[in-house]
Amino acid sequence: MGKDEVILINQSGRGDKDIFTVAAALGIEITDNHINTRSLQAELTAKRDSGRKLLLPYVTAGIVGNWMDCVEAVIEAGADAVEIGIPFSDPAMDGPTIQQASVQALDNGITPHGALSELRTREFAVPLIAMTYFNLVFRYGNERFASDLAAAGCAAAILPDLPFELAGEWHEAAVAHGIENVLLAAPVSSDERLAQLVERTSGFIYTVSTMGTTGERAELDNAASVLSQRVKAISDLPVIIGFGISNPEHAVAAARASDGVIVASALMRTLLDGGSIDQVASQVNAMRVALDEAF
Amino acid sequence: MLEVSSVQRKKMTEPNALGFFGEYGGRYVPEPLVGACQEVEAAFRDAWSDTAFRQEFLDILTNYVGRPSPLTDCVNLSEDLGLRLMLKREDLNHTGSHKINNVIGQALLAKRMGKTHLIAETGAGQHGVATATAAALFGMTCTVYMGEVDIKRQELNVYRMGLLGATVIPASSGSRTLKDAVNEAMRAWVTEVEHTYYCIGTVMGPHPYPWMVRSFHEIIGCEAQRQVVARLGKMPDVAVACVGGGSNAAGLFAGFVDHPEVRLVGVEPAGGAAVGRGVPAVVHGMKAHFLQDEVGQVVEAESISAGLDYPGVGPEHSNLADMGRAEYYPVTDDMVVDAFQVLSKREGIIPALESAHAIAWVIENADDGQG
Ligand SMILES: Cc1ncc(COP(=O)(O)O)c(C=O)c1O
Repeated sequence: MGKDEVILINQSGRGDKDIFTVAAALGIEITDNHINTRSLQAELTAKRDSGRKLLLPYVTAGIVGNWMDCVEAVIEAGADAVEIGIPFSDPAMDGPTIQQASVQALDNGITPHGALSELRTREFAVPLIAMTYFNLVFRYGNERFASDLAAAGCAAAILPDLPFELAGEWHEAAVAHGIENVLLAAPVSSDERLAQLVERTSGFIYTVSTMGTTGERAELDNAASVLSQRVKAISDLPVIIGFGISNPEHAVAAARASDGVIVASALMRTLLDGGSIDQVASQVNAMRVALDEAF
Repeated sequence: MLEVSSVQRKKMTEPNALGFFGEYGGRYVPEPLVGACQEVEAAFRDAWSDTAFRQEFLDILTNYVGRPSPLTDCVNLSEDLGLRLMLKREDLNHTGSHKINNVIGQALLAKRMGKTHLIAETGAGQHGVATATAAALFGMTCTVYMGEVDIKRQELNVYRMGLLGATVIPASSGSRTLKDAVNEAMRAWVTEVEHTYYCIGTVMGPHPYPWMVRSFHEIIGCEAQRQVVARLGKMPDVAVACVGGGSNAAGLFAGFVDHPEVRLVGVEPAGGAAVGRGVPAVVHGMKAHFLQDEVGQVVEAESISAGLDYPGVGPEHSNLADMGRAEYYPVTDDMVVDAFQVLSKREGIIPALESAHAIAWVIENADDGQG
């Protein structure tokens, strides 16, 4: 082609969609800035105020290849939100069942980024809550993790080994990306501390039902009810009891003193023992039915 | 008899109010343990400023543990290496290692707090044995968590703990070694926090443990400094210690850290070089260097010595390394096995494999050494 020739190109599309690809190819880092707009707290509060008891099942990401189908199944079975466990090598707050689920998931090759990328490929009808340990967030980067959570459809996060007094940077990142930060309250938390927890938590307040780690238990102890009452006396936040809820009777008993329950080990036990996603869904459904009938 | 006044000088810096040494440390624990850590911190601050407590601690170290431990000149090896090598003999303490200093301090604290049950994690079993010993001495019950793999490797110490009246519970999750024993002990502590005291075996864990454990071990450095000066009329040029979690190193360094002419050297196993190859992490209640994969899953340390088989290091070492005040170097298992034999043959002293790491580094770095 020579100097006087006119060349016409059909500029067939715009490149907005490709900037990240090009940046990555050039080794430039751009934060893919996602902001969650869904409020877990608003959704849970509205449901509670309509008289419904809240049911929050937990699924370990990667425990089985089709774990996302399990998330979908528990939602269909009546979940109001789902906790997604991102497995950590040293889950000091978890009992034997969640430990085993974490090991199995890690053996299956799940990573934090992998789990969030998988979640990104689907839409879920209820808000998701990521539950993991702080080191994985610290490695990932507070900012990037918060953004990727938002992209994955997570409205909130629970980091049990990050007490609020050390949560500064994570908290800022979470707020910037619209991620609610759920704090735990324990029966041993003093009144003063409980007041601080209630002030700083968002989404709901997670009350630990027994002094201990996660896990199925034959009987629920009374400490959870007492703690829930203490929280309710000073706050309007949804109060959810976790740890030790294994069956519909537990769920109903725990929901008497609170706004709802988290159920984790009992479900993961089913999958670890080779049970199907349908079985997990029917466990959740039995709890849903029991809760709806009792209240 | 040791006197409080002679060992009370403040050596290393105190952590800040949130438990940080520089960027490292802190108290990353679940809500049910926040109160427990605060309780330990308050009790320790109170006890450590109480002369009666410190005198009782020193009395037990004198009459039960056998302190002060001697300073031994390695006459033969010094000649071989062309330097003057001296050993601070923590191996001559009751129960056979430095671990007992810390355990006596914490068990006394537990007693003062009205606790009746001690729990501990252990790798090699040395800390478990020391804790079981203190529990027996103070009439407390004791449960020791130990990785299944380590239980097999250290059968003798498991038997010893049983003799001393302790119960050993296998940690069967994860890599089934020391780091998993720590997780298991933390879980147990959450459940029984009212009557139970968690006696951590090295300068790790949530605030105040790294600071407290180092404080109980400062006696190593204080004694050694006075002994060396009394014998040589001057400070040593280099103070060397092996580093697993870093308690014996922290205790030794405490005697020399404010003498900038003394080089401080921590020796890590090549397969567990948390300072050398790790990156900052938040694990086991603290921010410090850990071996981990790219996403932050903790990886196993590998060392011939069970006591150094820990993928992390205490936060104060992370800080000393960052500040350049202490240096950290790796040695391989082969070098350690050689050093173990050299000290045995040349000095008639069989060192713990852990301590042999420090010896191996000296051999390697001596001008006339074989290294
Ligand atoms: C003799 C001896 N030295 C050193 C260590 C390592 O611990 P630290 O790095 O806390 O001194 C151990 C641990 O079991 C030990 O038994």
